[in-house]
Amino acid sequence: MLDKSKIGHQFDSFTTLVELGKLRFFAKATGETNPLYSNTEVAQAAGYAAVPIPPTYVFSLDLDSEELMPVVSVLGLDVGRVLHGAQEFEYFAPICVGDEITVTSTIKDIYDKKNGALDFVILENTYTNQQGVLAATTTSTLVQRN
Amino acid sequence: MTDTVVGTEIPPLTLPPISRYTLALFAGASGDHNPIHIDSDFAKASGMPDVFAHGMLSMAYLARLLTGWKAQSSIRKFSTRFATITQLQDVVTCSGTVVEIIEAQGETLARCEIKINNQNGVSTLVGEATVAL
Repeated sequence: MLDKSKIGHQFDSFTTLVELGKLRFFAKATGETNPLYSNTEVAQAAGYAAVPIPPTYVFSLDLDSEELMPVVSVLGLDVGRVLHGAQEFEYFAPICVGDEITVTSTIKDIYDKKNGALDFVILENTYTNQQGVLAATTTSTLVQRN
Repeated sequence: MTDTVVGTEIPPLTLPPISRYTLALFAGASGDHNPIHIDSDFAKASGMPDVFAHGMLSMAYLARLLTGWKAQSSIRKFSTRFATITQLQDVVTCSGTVVEIIEAQGETLARCEIKINNQNGVSTLVGEATVAL
């Protein structure tokens, strides 16, 4: 049973720079060959300020925090028993190379199912660029098998 | 614009078999270094038969399905549930269908049901995307 008093817990926000080399590596790792995701000239010709991050790379911005997935230590999760249950993205503005994105993350809910056999943690995150524009929001569901 | 209607199928995307190499690359590139995906000893000690694919690797493939069909800037919402673990050597196929055309905030939007099936026809990811037309 996880500590439900942590519902509402807000993690320290942090700011991360979107880097071209990382996006090229991500494109390689996901088999993406569209040059939009690796070539600045192609991205600019398509109307972007620079190479845009692909849709799910928003989640990777979380992982630039000083501590990888701080929810693990705050709730005492065992990473060997945690699965990603669900993931939602909502997009409001492009995020491109050179952007400095501030990530906030809050524990929105904690509950269990099957008489405590499964614990669920819902995280809500926001991603705001250097101009103060909210570019994306996400909701992540983590499931711990007990 | 008018070629997208209810029932339109998004051109499917089949990926090469998931290998340990794929998972190692994705761990580095995505920043998800959870050992359950890259360290067999750790995975077995956690009660799993072996390492298995990151859910977000599959979701990145689903994103490729969408951006291979429509411009990324037209994607408004994108969500999935991770229904079944993707194992080593699985061959997964991403597909989707437009299920509704809606008008909202001055835009025409296609609501799409999207999924990934493995080689046995089992759905590993099931989700939805909303795309502006």
